[in-house]
Amino acid sequence: MKELKQKLSKAFGKKNVTEAYDELTLVINSDNVVEVCHKLKDEFKFEILIDLCGVDYLTYGESDWNGNASSSGFGRARQAQKSTNQKDQRFGVIYHLLSVSSNQRLRVKALLSTDNLMIQSVTKIWNCADWFEREAFDLFGILFENHNDLRRILTDYGFVGHPLRKDFPMIGEVEMRYDDQLGRVVYEPVSIEPNVNVPRVIRK
Amino acid sequence: MSEMKNYTLNFGPQHPAAHGVLRLILELDGEVVERADPHIGLLHRGTEKLAESKPYNQSIGYMDRLDYVSMMCNEHAYVMSIEKMLGLKVPERAEYIRVMFDEITRIMNHLMWIGTHALDVGAMSVFLYAFRERETLIDCYEAVSGSRMHATYYRPGGVYRDLPDTMPQYLDSKLRSEEKLKEINENRQGSLLDFIEDFAKNFPKSIQQYSDLLTDNRIWKQRLVNIAIVSPERAMQLGFTGAMLRGSGVEWDIRKNEPYSVYDKLDFEVPVGVTGDCYDRYLVRMEEMRQSTNIINQCVAWLKANPGPVMSDDHKVTPPNREDMKDDMESLIHHFKLFTEGYCLPEGEAYTAVEAPKGEFGVYMVSDGANKPYRVKIRAPGFAHLAAMDEMSRGHMLSDVVTIIGSQDIVFGEVDR
Repeated sequence: MKELKQKLSKAFGKKNVTEAYDELTLVINSDNVVEVCHKLKDEFKFEILIDLCGVDYLTYGESDWNGNASSSGFGRARQAQKSTNQKDQRFGVIYHLLSVSSNQRLRVKALLSTDNLMIQSVTKIWNCADWFEREAFDLFGILFENHNDLRRILTDYGFVGHPLRKDFPMIGEVEMRYDDQLGRVVYEPVSIEPNVNVPRVIRK
Repeated sequence: MSEMKNYTLNFGPQHPAAHGVLRLILELDGEVVERADPHIGLLHRGTEKLAESKPYNQSIGYMDRLDYVSMMCNEHAYVMSIEKMLGLKVPERAEYIRVMFDEITRIMNHLMWIGTHALDVGAMSVFLYAFRERETLIDCYEAVSGSRMHATYYRPGGVYRDLPDTMPQYLDSKLRSEEKLKEINENRQGSLLDFIEDFAKNFPKSIQQYSDLLTDNRIWKQRLVNIAIVSPERAMQLGFTGAMLRGSGVEWDIRKNEPYSVYDKLDFEVPVGVTGDCYDRYLVRMEEMRQSTNIINQCVAWLKANPGPVMSDDHKVTPPNREDMKDDMESLIHHFKLFTEGYCLPEGEAYTAVEAPKGEFGVYMVSDGANKPYRVKIRAPGFAHLAAMDEMSRGHMLSDVVTIIGSQDIVFGEVDR
């Protein structure tokens, strides 16, 4: 792994390669993701794309007890907090690569700027990225350029919103029921209340 | 003659061979599949979103419900990622118990697979035999965790409790005679380990029985040989892992290549296919069951010889002893803190993968230092396999689609999450 780290540092800059928990992470610029991935596949022999996922960093590092919690009590934690964070790079796309021939793994991280949720698709390099990118699009709304078939995949037909974004409520936006009079299924705003049983705390 | 047109067929979501809730849109030219478009998400329960809103320990149960035929392997990946980030040491006995149950789970999964796969292809009897054996293993789950399927047995720091010394017995019933009762209770007289040992002793015979029914069966071979051939290059390109990758001839098994837990201390072989068709994948999985039996035997022998703790004594993460709580203030505080707030993971991210029966099951955990995960991404093997459905079924007959679904060993709990 040391060897790989050195080689990666040489190719992509030393400050972009970090090591934690025996895993290597390579941070790249989202504009040249295709270029980097080609290089990783052809030169570094990462044949398999194990996983591709999105991450929303909107509320990263925020706890429910921030501010004056004692005056408002536990009720404060029962409702999901509205984040006031303004992040330049809110979303990230994480690639997990595996090299069968050299028995090594690598995580590649590309952060996206908040006003342009567009990143190049890697389906041409690893074909299995197809569904993973569809999933990231579905759950986070990240757009993949040059993807042939960017449809929703996990959510319902006609679903609105991107459920894994941090500002999407856990209880959802709509609920569904069968209406006897109309003789069809209708969607209505959710009637249940959000409930947090255990507040989020950060202890250093 | 009128012009022939392609025919679009909606397969599922309520089809017995769809293994749950797969909806396939098949474009057929006569009986030949031109294009397959799987629609998934009908079992999407938002596991990843739910996990973000709960303390770490409360999500272990969700892992069981992902791939609901290989429950404990999913738990293993999840607790391992927590342990990795906490730097928590797990007692060796707990590691052996985990490995033993991972292998029991693997056999359970493969029995389910062989049964349904054979049923889909047209052999009814294998299903009945396979489920008979599977019942014994489910009893092991029940004896150790109290639950037949969704065990929540693995916890960060070890396993919930040590293996029981007695096995539950069948009770007297009007429906069976006294001799019969004695017979079915015969292997339940000793401890759980004796029960598992007895199973491992008899199981190779059962595998041989399935093998006799299928391996050289003409119809079985006609339906499986040369169906959905995947070359090693394509298998890697399509993100295959586990038996799907090995069936194509790539020797890759996380248990061997990146040994976790105590797999490096155990002796087992990794079967590899040659042609990469459905038949090879069948042979690989059959051999995996034999190897798993072998691993179980080694674990039983070790566990019998080495008693010891099964849970880490770091009470920031694991619950303290119930009796200590009665007169030890610190234990009481630990208990209160653990069950109201949970524990915080250090800020950072980690990816942990285990060799689940279906392939690489991975958990990518992002923590911002809170008592709940910031993001949990579950890498399910079936997701990548099902994505290859289009390529694997193209040019094959409609009836082969069912064989391919069976061969991929799809379970929707993990695909849809």
